[in-house]
Amino acid sequence: MNKSKDELLQELLASISQHKMPPDVAHIEIHGNEVLNAHLVPGLEVNSKSFEDGVNINIRVIKDTKIKNPVRFCFGLIPENGIQKLNINTVIEENASATFIASCTFPNAKNIQHLMDATITIEKGASFSYFERHIHGPEGGVTIAPVTKVFVKENSRYSTEFELIKGAAGIIELDYEAECEKDAVVDMKTRIFGRLKDKIHIKEAAHLKGENSVGVLTSHIALKDEANAIVENEIIADGAFARGHVDCKEIVQDNARARAIPIVQVNDHRAHVTHEAAIGSVDSKQLETLLSRGLTENEATELIIQGLLK
Amino acid sequence: MNILELKNVTLIKEGRSLLNDITMDIWDGYVHAIVGPNGAGKSTLAHTIMGLGGYRDFSGDILFKGKSIKNLSIDERARLGLTLVFQEPARFEGLTVSKFVLAGVKEKSKSLVDKALEMVGFDPSKYRERSVDKTLSGGERKRIELASVYAMHPELVLMDEPDSGIDIDAIKYIFDIIQEFKKEGISVILVTHSPEVLKQSDHAFLICGGQLVDKGEVGKVFEYFSGKCSPCKHVGKPELEKSNLRGQQ
Repeated sequence: MNKSKDELLQELLASISQHKMPPDVAHIEIHGNEVLNAHLVPGLEVNSKSFEDGVNINIRVIKDTKIKNPVRFCFGLIPENGIQKLNINTVIEENASATFIASCTFPNAKNIQHLMDATITIEKGASFSYFERHIHGPEGGVTIAPVTKVFVKENSRYSTEFELIKGAAGIIELDYEAECEKDAVVDMKTRIFGRLKDKIHIKEAAHLKGENSVGVLTSHIALKDEANAIVENEIIADGAFARGHVDCKEIVQDNARARAIPIVQVNDHRAHVTHEAAIGSVDSKQLETLLSRGLTENEATELIIQGLLK
Repeated sequence: MNILELKNVTLIKEGRSLLNDITMDIWDGYVHAIVGPNGAGKSTLAHTIMGLGGYRDFSGDILFKGKSIKNLSIDERARLGLTLVFQEPARFEGLTVSKFVLAGVKEKSKSLVDKALEMVGFDPSKYRERSVDKTLSGGERKRIELASVYAMHPELVLMDEPDSGIDIDAIKYIFDIIQEFKKEGISVILVTHSPEVLKQSDHAFLICGGQLVDKGEVGKVFEYFSGKCSPCKHVGKPELEKSNLRGQQ
């Protein structure tokens, strides 16, 4: 690769339409196995070490620190082929709070693997939100395989959102698992528009171990062309008064196929877990309402899917 | 002048006659009501006029502005100026009130959203960015659906049970918008069995068992409806009089 660090950085940022950020916004840009740029704010520590096809990253938000602005991460690869492995260990210390927004971009992908192995620990009274947006080219060609284990300690909160709406993915293998202690809250959302021959497999699990812990798993998927999705959502409630909800909605068009496997298990009679799943074509009532406003079937379907994936 | 004409409309589904030889004229710029007991075929008639799925395979004809719409799809009918406010409004997860209100509008503007929401008695700043989902009550969604029809500015609005799910304080806004439609020259068909809603109309049709039983001035139809239909003594089988119809338009 002959491009300079600056050229790569500019190209990476341009692919996610990211403009200059003010000095009080922390941001880290990683291309392949190279940290191109890192700008931190007080209370946020990030250490990284590159290896052959990836980066080991340790992130720490120091005790009692409230990071005001979301921390921006930009991951990606500009070339058509390659591997990016990210091993990330994140600790949000006691009573700290932070929001991370990660943009993952592979605009020219033909055969790219974006692999992540993450551990997140949210200490007592802390709060952490992680939003991951993928922006891909029109042809797919990316394998996305993040494995994330989250420890949500007493009275702490964790929310995560995975979004892939623009472009085709290729293969998505999400594997998220969270353990919640007393009074902890976990909220996982996935919003994906699968196209072409995309293969999507989502495994999200919340283990509500502590009393009064809460877990919500939401998967909203739209599929068209030959795309295929399997969604496995699992909530196990051990804690007294733990509450959980699984919500899986999938709209299927063309020759796409979808399968939802919700698993809910309650091991304490005072806990309560619910689930709802709806898979199929666009809801006829919604469709007829919009058709009777004069939208064509394609326009109406697009609007309904936009809403589902919002 | 008639904006809509039904000519001998008969709809049979699974061997059951749901609409039986219905002929009616809807005058341009007037508010009409279709009344009848539960199961009379009122909503079926509205769905057939709009061309909803399962209500397309009928005999007879429906003319809108003088042209047959029998073979047109729902959206083609809507683009001619015909629309329907559903009895049970749909929920749209993630779709904002603003987007929904403007869905059928070509020249979209925030001011139109605000005006439409004000027409149904909502403070736009509190509703614009909300989702049309389960966080809104059925009554709220119904008023928002009505706002979307107002923004669309159609030529004929079918309103299926416009007062269902609406609390007493909010009914005023439904009646106001019906009168606003009339003021703007938009024709309205109210499908109802409520005397209060019926009072909003200029002219009424009474149907029972899928047949047109009576039509004419509202007071006269209501008198017949309350005298013979409530309580119903013949359960879905109208006692048609010799002339088939008592009144004439």
